[in-house]
Amino acid sequence: MIDVQHVTKRYGKVTALNDISFSIAKGEIVAFLGPNGAGKTTTMRILTGFMPPTSGTVSIAGFDCLEEPWEVKKHIGYLPETPPLYLEFTVREYLTFVGRIKRLGPKQLQERMEITINQTGLTEVQGRVIGNLSRGYRQRVGLAQALLHNPPVLILDEPTTGLDPNQIIEIRDLIKNLAGSHTIILSTHLLAEATAICQKVIIIHQGQIVAIDTPEQLGAKFRQSTMLQLTVKQSDPDLLDALGKIPGVMHVSHGPTPNTYAIETKIGKDVREELTQLVVARGAGLLELTTQTVSLEDVFKAFTTSDKPVMKPQENTVASTSQ
Amino acid sequence: MTPALTIIAKELRSFFVSPVVYVIGAIFLAVVGLMSYQAVANASNQALRLMQLQNTYAQLNLNEMIFRPLFQSMNLILMIILPLLTMRLFAEERKLRTFELLLTSPIGVNEIVSGKFLSVLIVYAGLLSLTGLIPLTLAAYATFDWNPILLGYLALLLQGALMLSIGLFASALTENQIIAAFLSFGLIVGLWVLGALSTAFGDSTLGNILSYLSFTEHFQRLIRGLLNVKDLVYYISGMAFMWFAAHQAIDAYRWK
Repeated sequence: MIDVQHVTKRYGKVTALNDISFSIAKGEIVAFLGPNGAGKTTTMRILTGFMPPTSGTVSIAGFDCLEEPWEVKKHIGYLPETPPLYLEFTVREYLTFVGRIKRLGPKQLQERMEITINQTGLTEVQGRVIGNLSRGYRQRVGLAQALLHNPPVLILDEPTTGLDPNQIIEIRDLIKNLAGSHTIILSTHLLAEATAICQKVIIIHQGQIVAIDTPEQLGAKFRQSTMLQLTVKQSDPDLLDALGKIPGVMHVSHGPTPNTYAIETKIGKDVREELTQLVVARGAGLLELTTQTVSLEDVFKAFTTSDKPVMKPQENTVASTSQ
Repeated sequence: MTPALTIIAKELRSFFVSPVVYVIGAIFLAVVGLMSYQAVANASNQALRLMQLQNTYAQLNLNEMIFRPLFQSMNLILMIILPLLTMRLFAEERKLRTFELLLTSPIGVNEIVSGKFLSVLIVYAGLLSLTGLIPLTLAAYATFDWNPILLGYLALLLQGALMLSIGLFASALTENQIIAAFLSFGLIVGLWVLGALSTAFGDSTLGNILSYLSFTEHFQRLIRGLLNVKDLVYYISGMAFMWFAAHQAIDAYRWK
């Protein structure tokens, strides 16, 4: 449905997107994930035909974005980061305007208007002036604008930013309900959002795609080892070597303080028992032993901080004893 | 409804829900009304004096005494108020990000530009036609030649349309309405100054080019009651150039 091949975008000397390629099948929900400034909005603007790429080709529903922008625009519903609303219009007036510039006939417009207003839960506010609506409603009006001409492809730029938790859940449910009949691309910097609604995640960092996979697969790929963090009471210079000799341990290093140790073990090999025995036998004084599970957060961090993977402690406390 | 008509309808609606049009319209009509009152009072004074001097019934040329100076003053007022009408056209769309909606919809930049231009032209033509009350009222008390007056209104319409197209272009350059207003004001005044500058060069090639570029000469000819194809070409080509420039500015905004 969406096919992006070797797209590069430069703003003057700044390269915003560097040789991006991906394709999305019909009916998929895909999340663009990346820190602010990674190139998510640029990618979306290129997809919608708002701006042309410096090089590369983009095709949507079989139409090339540069050669047949007209057809592409008819097949796309786009919700920019800031919903494009005319604040002095009422919801209905605004949607009528949108329907006309999307070239819907009068009859079609009437039909789609009712369906869209229902779908986005705007029935109660349809006669109100947009400027007086809350952020959540404005976001829905923005979404209604994107859905109005029933486009097969929906491009949503950070659809839940700035909403309160209840509104976020509502918008997410709405998006989920659209899956199947629509191909949806949404951008977000919230990982929970990607995991909650998307079948596929594309991680963009500094204008490049660093990973494309399902949320589960991304986590699994990354989890090639288990990390343990050990904290002891007494400093023991020989403990580092001793820990390294335990079978199954791949690498040991000091953590943030000299009395903490970061221990990397082979996956599927639980060394916690041997570890505690060793520490207790040496009288080092076991304070804490935690395993660190890899969340999508870590995957994201690992991909988007250019140096080494960063692990976050305090995930699942397995053993916590004090002497 | 074609897309351009849709844009016109939307723009007109935006114009009339915002207070800007009412304020500008009120100021324009009040100032023009005052000036026409002064022009008429002045003319009747002169008529009285002539009557005392010559002891005869003086037939004054009202076109020359009232309407020509009035049209000239109206032109000056337009230079100040029209930038305020056009400033929001594109700047607001850029600021509110609604421009993204327009540019990602199956509607051409030409349709957007022409729709916006026509909408503001309609507003201006409406304001201008209200000042038609002045010659209509006068016609009840005096006789004068209508042709120069109709040509004068054509001149004001063309003059205003040119200023509006300049404002349209200026508005496409920025998302700040104030900057857009000042920019179009600057451009209009610049064109005006060219006319003054041209007199310094006399009948040289440069002088002629400058005086052709400025609207002063063309406007003067029209309000004097002379209809010249050359002057019509000037206005039409000036507007076309500004539409083209606005189109380019919008493309530059997308491509940057």
